[in-house]
Amino acid sequence: MPNMSKEKVKMKEQDPLLRIKNFDEVTCGYTLEEAMEEAGRCLQCKTRPCVGGCPVSVPIPEFIKEVSEGNIEEAYNIIATENRLPAICGRVCPQESQCEGKCVRGRKGEPVAIGRLERFVADYYMENIKKDVEKPESNNKKVAVVGGGPASLTCAADLAKKGYEVTMYEALHQLGGVLMYGIPEFRLPKGLVQTELKSVTDLGVKVEKNVIVGKSITIDELFEEEGFQAVFVGSGAGLPRFMNIEGENLNGVYSANEFLTRVNLMKAYDFPNSPTPVRIGEKVAVIGGGNVAMDAARTAKRLGAKEVKIVYRRSKEELPARVEEVHHAEEEQIIFDLLKNPVEIIGEDGHVTGMKCIKMELGEPDESGRRRPQPIEGSEEIMDVDIVVVAIGQTPNPLLRDTTDGLDVNKRGCIVVNEDTMETTLENVYAGGDAVTGAATVILAMGAGKKAAKAIDEKLSK
Amino acid sequence: MYKIVAKRKLNDLVELMEIHAPYVARKCEPGQFIILRVDEEGERIPLTIADYDRKKETVTIIYQVVGYSTKKLSLKNEGDSVEDFVGPLGQEAPLHKVKRVLGIGGGVGIAPLYPQLKKMKELGVQVDTILGGRSDEFIILEDEMENISDNVYYATNDGSKGIKGFVTDKLNELIENGEKYDLVIAIGPLIMMKAVCEITKKHDIKTNVSLNPIMIDGTGMCGGCRVTVGGETKFACVDGPDFDGHQVDFDEAMRRQGMYKEEEKDHVCRLGLED
Repeated sequence: MPNMSKEKVKMKEQDPLLRIKNFDEVTCGYTLEEAMEEAGRCLQCKTRPCVGGCPVSVPIPEFIKEVSEGNIEEAYNIIATENRLPAICGRVCPQESQCEGKCVRGRKGEPVAIGRLERFVADYYMENIKKDVEKPESNNKKVAVVGGGPASLTCAADLAKKGYEVTMYEALHQLGGVLMYGIPEFRLPKGLVQTELKSVTDLGVKVEKNVIVGKSITIDELFEEEGFQAVFVGSGAGLPRFMNIEGENLNGVYSANEFLTRVNLMKAYDFPNSPTPVRIGEKVAVIGGGNVAMDAARTAKRLGAKEVKIVYRRSKEELPARVEEVHHAEEEQIIFDLLKNPVEIIGEDGHVTGMKCIKMELGEPDESGRRRPQPIEGSEEIMDVDIVVVAIGQTPNPLLRDTTDGLDVNKRGCIVVNEDTMETTLENVYAGGDAVTGAATVILAMGAGKKAAKAIDEKLSK
Repeated sequence: MYKIVAKRKLNDLVELMEIHAPYVARKCEPGQFIILRVDEEGERIPLTIADYDRKKETVTIIYQVVGYSTKKLSLKNEGDSVEDFVGPLGQEAPLHKVKRVLGIGGGVGIAPLYPQLKKMKELGVQVDTILGGRSDEFIILEDEMENISDNVYYATNDGSKGIKGFVTDKLNELIENGEKYDLVIAIGPLIMMKAVCEITKKHDIKTNVSLNPIMIDGTGMCGGCRVTVGGETKFACVDGPDFDGHQVDFDEAMRRQGMYKEEEKDHVCRLGLED
């Protein structure tokens, strides 16, 4: 008899007032007992709508059944057939709009906590069971993967499992992409990311760090000189957008990318133990309403800022960030200053001292279906701030397209692909993730990497 | 890991390293730079490429020992390795054949100036050079510069080599004496490049400068290195580091360079900052 409780088994969290003083993970994860209890809520329905909601098609009821019986190793192996980064996905996927959004238990009450269970299985496996991965036998076919983020990691893992000799080229000094430099420690511990990445590289994926494809080596050379038969491009969307308003180059104005990279990748929160500094003022304004804005705001709070504001031009309903992130931010005393748009950043002696904002009101829906914000004439006022973090989105880095003839991109700079195969306008060059879609989610990137791996395998097996 | 195949002290504060870095050595051109991390705990610091040897797959960097990371780098010796070394980054310097070029280098800025002038020489350009520094021992690469230049002039603050004064004094003197240049390439502290540009603008001599702002990734993903050039925001790491000096907002660049002055008091590298 399934557990018919309407609510998910609660997951422990650090107290908001304590956690804003540290970078430790906010949510504490399930115990084995809690996981088994929650797993009991799954009805094991035949229609399995949850699997359809998962971009990488994890066999969800199957792994949950094993959890309900306490067989965590089996559960892990089932997940790993489709997903080698479950500890990450269980934490950062927007389950509410994917697997859990489709769960039949969600019609009356809360859906099964698929994300928390996936996370539990991965954490428990890594801590208690972890076995060495066997390196598959080589099929002597070489594939290059550009970038070390979620799309590339998934593509590389799937190909390596089939025996391809995969080399991954990463521009930074560490693999992981946004998992390392973007998502903060308190949402996704970096030690855990590294352990999970190792489960990919252990499959025999060769890693070349500090190589910027487009600068250090070109795509043409990967084929002609290095002998690769296919290339997957998962270079992401790492180019920050600015607002192009007066005062944006003042000291104290950061892109969210710079702010988060300093803190996450370079560990500036530990300055001076870590050599990279970050400036943090008394009053911080984060411009934007997505997950990156929430991450930046919550990071600023933890760095000791007294007052942190999210400044967003629409209202709360339109915030693109996950509901859970907004909730966590509110608990951590982040102030939501909504329906406001910055028009100028003001400084003294070259440093930010204020930000002039205009009030907005919502008009008719635009092409994205969201109500279009319109400025209210004459409503400008000056907000007292000393640090501004701009988190209004990223676009793909132009580096690759500028150095690769024949690689078509759309007007937003995203690589154009055949949506069935992820093949670009260049033969045997595939792409996926944010490089194709613009900034999206980890799991969609992984789904794209998976699709590309399948297409590459089919093509090279002919 | 990237092996240090040679190390040499150029003066009390400035050192040269030749580092085995095949990817960079194969592709780099004058004007481009690298980012290195000394060890696993290190910060990412940008350094302009001073020379390269495609056959030996080595890249030469020259750095002034001024802060945390350069001190740590300085403790490394021939045979040791640095953790990370990535590049080539940035655009190659826009070097075209002209009749006569004047290179102006200040302090450790002489290092990135050298490969640009060497390339100009190879293009058949007539090269003159002004080298400046606090005193004689702060002037580096004299022999290399003498080899590729028709005339090398010196300016030191204390008069220990060449004229007593700034490189701009020498520049003014050359212009007054009727020397004609089609292009000036100035690399050194921001304040020096700014002063050079003020003079050359008056005389309408095109001037290229190489900026060295604070950087993190060096690949265009953070915008920490942004500078205003001709009224537009540019990322020095991808659009530069070389720009038309008459278009650069030097005051803003100097201000941004000093962003972490407090934090870096005795900590972080301050390359490009005036003493």
